[in-house]
Amino acid sequence: MASRKTSHQKRDNGDKYSVLLPTYNERENLPLIVWLLVKYFGESGYNYEIIVIDDGSPDGTLEVGEQLQKIYGEDKILLRPRAKKLGLGTAYIHGMKHATGNYIFIMDADLSHHTIFLFVRKQKEGNYDLVSGTRYQGNGGVYGWDLRRKLISRGANFLTQVLLRPGASDLTGSFRLYKKKVLESLIERCVSKGYVFQMEMIVRARQLNYTIGEVPISFVDRVYGESKLGGNEIVSFVKGLLTLFATT
Amino acid sequence: MTKLLEWLFGGSVVAAVWALVTFDLLDLSLPQTYREVAWPMPLYLLVSFGCYSLATVGYRVATFNDCDEAAKELQEQIKEAKEDLRKKGLKM
Ligand SMILES: Nc1nc2c(ncn2[C@@H]2O[C@H](COP(=O)(O)OP(=O)(O)O)[C@@H](O)[C@H]2O)c(=O)[nH]1
Ligand SMILES: [Mg+2]
Repeated sequence: MASRKTSHQKRDNGDKYSVLLPTYNERENLPLIVWLLVKYFGESGYNYEIIVIDDGSPDGTLEVGEQLQKIYGEDKILLRPRAKKLGLGTAYIHGMKHATGNYIFIMDADLSHHTIFLFVRKQKEGNYDLVSGTRYQGNGGVYGWDLRRKLISRGANFLTQVLLRPGASDLTGSFRLYKKKVLESLIERCVSKGYVFQMEMIVRARQLNYTIGEVPISFVDRVYGESKLGGNEIVSFVKGLLTLFATT
Repeated sequence: MTKLLEWLFGGSVVAAVWALVTFDLLDLSLPQTYREVAWPMPLYLLVSFGCYSLATVGYRVATFNDCDEAAKELQEQIKEAKEDLRKKGLKM
């Protein structure tokens, strides 16, 4: 492929990637994920920007963001904070309004995944409307999960596959690449919150006949901070699943 | 059509066929063996589906990749990142 040869030069094909990073108490993680992204994008030569949507984190994530902005430049790091914690779904909407790229990456700031190359390549390969990371296929997988968590994850995924037949193997993953127009049209239709939000995005994408590509990812559980998977998450997941089952 | 309706529709078709054969509703005078096979069929289907589900989920749990490599790589990248960021003047 001709494009591989130019991989260390500036690629000026007009494409720009906006990365939406919602943060809540990610002071430790934010500099690291930004560093990784700057490194990857720098190596690839793609035009990019990183949009940090911080919801008034009490741990001072925003100050760290400001420092990063000084280091990497205001054209690369955009801070679009909100005064208080308003949830992930609206954080994406908020960030998207400020995005100037024609492609949008959505990912967690917690370092659970960060390899962007495969996504970009996959997207170009089939001109997919969205590319979704999957822990369940190929050499994708997880790190730091015990048997219980694996069982819940696989069980929930199986149930979802049976009930919704969504045409993608990982519904609750939070690492995806969208064409901006596609993300806009999906996000205005999605009403769910939490895990179910990611799931609804895929289900709606299938309904609207958008094409979906998948890339195996390794999910490394957050190094800094606590991850949550309690009874509450499971109940709201099942509720959300049944809602989608009855309404889509 | 929502997924729920698809399931209800599919379920009713299967139930109708089952009832037709089991109770010979159309008076086709089907051989007795047909009816004997059809009668417990829903239970068989349910049990096989249950077994299939358990086997599938069990297999997938057992073969769920542990990404030790990726975790190690990430740790190294974190170290490198921290050093570089300190040099660039970031106060953590
Ligand atoms: N802006 C914003 N970010 C949030 C909010 N809740 C979570 N996040 C961020 O969203 C990402 C995913 O959250 P996380 O706790 O890792 O969820 P998990 O991966 O499902 O356990 C992380 O980068 C969080 O910092 C919120 O209310 N507002
Ligand atoms: Mg996370």
